[in-house]
Amino acid sequence: MQHSREFLLDCYQSMVTIRVFEERVHEEFATGKIPGFVHLYAGEEASAVGICSQLDERDAIASTHRGHGHCIAKGCDVHAMMKEIYGKRGGSCGGKGGSMHIADLAKGMLGANGIVGGGPPLICGAALTAKYLKTGGVAVAFVGDGGSNQGTTLESYNLANVWKLPVVFVVEDNGYAEATASAWSVAGSQLGRAAGFGMPGTLVDGFDFFAVYEAARTAIERARAGEGPSLLHIKLSRFFGHFEGDAMSYRADGEIQRYRNEHDALKIFRRKVTEAHLLDDFTLDAVEAGVVRNINEAVAGAEADQMPTEADLLTDVYVRY
Amino acid sequence: MPKKTYRQAINEAIASEMRRDHRVIVLGEDNAGGKGAPGEPDAWGGVLGVTKGLLPEFGEDRVLDTPISESAFIGAAVGAAATGLRPVAELMFVDFMGVCFDQIFNQAAKFRYMFGGKAVTPVVIRTMYGGGFRAASQHSQCLYPLFTHIPGLKVVVPSSPYEAKGLMIQAIRDDDPVIFFEHKVLYDVEEDVPDEAYTIPFGEANVTREGRDVTIVAFGRMVGFANTAADELKRDGISVTVIDPRTTSPLDSETILDSVSETGRLVVVDEAHPRCSMAADIARLVAEEAFHDLKAPIRTITAPHTPVPFSPALEDIYIPSVAKIKAAVQALAAKVPA
Ligand SMILES: Cc1ncc(C[n+]2csc(CCOP(=O)(O)OP(=O)(O)O)c2C)c(N)n1
Ligand SMILES: [Mg+2]
Repeated sequence: MQHSREFLLDCYQSMVTIRVFEERVHEEFATGKIPGFVHLYAGEEASAVGICSQLDERDAIASTHRGHGHCIAKGCDVHAMMKEIYGKRGGSCGGKGGSMHIADLAKGMLGANGIVGGGPPLICGAALTAKYLKTGGVAVAFVGDGGSNQGTTLESYNLANVWKLPVVFVVEDNGYAEATASAWSVAGSQLGRAAGFGMPGTLVDGFDFFAVYEAARTAIERARAGEGPSLLHIKLSRFFGHFEGDAMSYRADGEIQRYRNEHDALKIFRRKVTEAHLLDDFTLDAVEAGVVRNINEAVAGAEADQMPTEADLLTDVYVRY
Repeated sequence: MPKKTYRQAINEAIASEMRRDHRVIVLGEDNAGGKGAPGEPDAWGGVLGVTKGLLPEFGEDRVLDTPISESAFIGAAVGAAATGLRPVAELMFVDFMGVCFDQIFNQAAKFRYMFGGKAVTPVVIRTMYGGGFRAASQHSQCLYPLFTHIPGLKVVVPSSPYEAKGLMIQAIRDDDPVIFFEHKVLYDVEEDVPDEAYTIPFGEANVTREGRDVTIVAFGRMVGFANTAADELKRDGISVTVIDPRTTSPLDSETILDSVSETGRLVVVDEAHPRCSMAADIARLVAEEAFHDLKAPIRTITAPHTPVPFSPALEDIYIPSVAKIKAAVQALAAKVPA
């Protein structure tokens, strides 16, 4: 598929934004400024962006506990996200949700999720809405390799196909669920599971934006055409621990460095677009510099923002009570 | 006596029961950690390290890591218990009960009654609860009232390391399904804990402070808060009894009623939501059984009727505090001059 220069620049900007955002959250967490459980998406950028760059505001996604990348790729405001992660009043959720619950329903971002396997059933519902209201929208459920073993996920495969819902199930297989290897925890295979539920499944190199894009394009087109759900099994790696503070003794020595050197989605993207003379290094460097400035501003804005106050504690439980 | 953390005390209790009875097994997500991975085995020992060291001692047949499939493995623990094992299963955060509650409340809890007294289901489900970790709405709840509501389940809410060890050993030896609530903020709290095994019976409250003016009943982490409040109030001349029921089911109503008959004033401190809660339950008990002993209205100090907020600024005011407990006791003590 031939991509326009603007599109490629947008995608690169999204991926770099995720990377710089996460690297920065990692640093700030270490200084003690960020509270709570924080799970970083760095290393997995090509998946979120390869998929979400083909979605628009009709389309919904449901994310996981590792949600920052999906949020950014779906167009959430990084300044509001950073404030949320800091627990500030100007955050995406007014400081009530934090890293694990960033959401922007107006953008079709149905939320990061603290419950593994929480998203797929919700995505069946979002797809049902799209189908019923004939919006043309599709709904994408991201789950991890660990989340692929949850009953809710497997039930959703069945329901989505029985109802021929416009769903794409995306299994982001980064090799681990917490400290447990997916090579051990997943019986059978992701593609075998897709086949078992009668939907197409595709194995995808998650370090390659273009591979993700093409596989997602087919699945999204199929969903939009009313032909039902598909599954993408995306192989990738996380560059940080399960959560911030994880010593990662379960990983091999040098594993992360090897991924960073040889399987960095940003470097691979850059190599491909420059070799094909679609974009040049100078332009890409400028994108990176702009992103760094933006994230610096986001952090400064988050630090300067107010904490929520006692009056905020009791609001937002109900629409009316 | 050696000082041990709440985490160590629980670990020690499980290990000593595993040594004593080969039918005791442990299962849960990353209870060892590193399964199938290239690095270290026993890499985690549970998310907060409570089961660390069990794998090297007892091996993979007795320390089972699980996929993220709570319905299946909590249910498997229940089924194994009903057929001869004594599993100690971990439901990591109690908030995750949502994906496996059927196996607990429709299966484990009801076998004995539905099957006419013929079933024995000695399963222990360990689970973390409580606020203070900035872990937000889906990782911070105090859901023990929901389990307490269900006949057939025993519910344990240990308030300190010493309590945790004795209650865990009791839980493992108990023949009924037991839900064991571990407050994550207590894991690093230390106290003298004997090396040898001991049990603390269920349904026997612990009176941690004795006083004449006001009775406080508190649960889990709130017991420590109530003790601090009582110690500070003593300096102001208010003498407070603090009761830690230890188990919400069975509940030692006698100790509570006896104390209220002496003090005539009751404050219940519960980190859970106020509606249909332990606070409401104890208030109901005292209103019904000790109405004539009361010299003042019953007061409850609980979290509000809202989910647990993320922001530290909100979570700190969400969780009941020593200051709120003291204010409630002072207001009650002032109602009737001594
Ligand atoms: C129902 C439920 N069970 C367990 C957890 C604890 N938990 C949070 S993330 C996680 C691992 C998820 O692994 P995976 O789905 O592969 O996603 P990854 O972290 O690798 O992105 C676990 C076990 C949870 N949040 N919810
Ligand atoms: Mg994973």
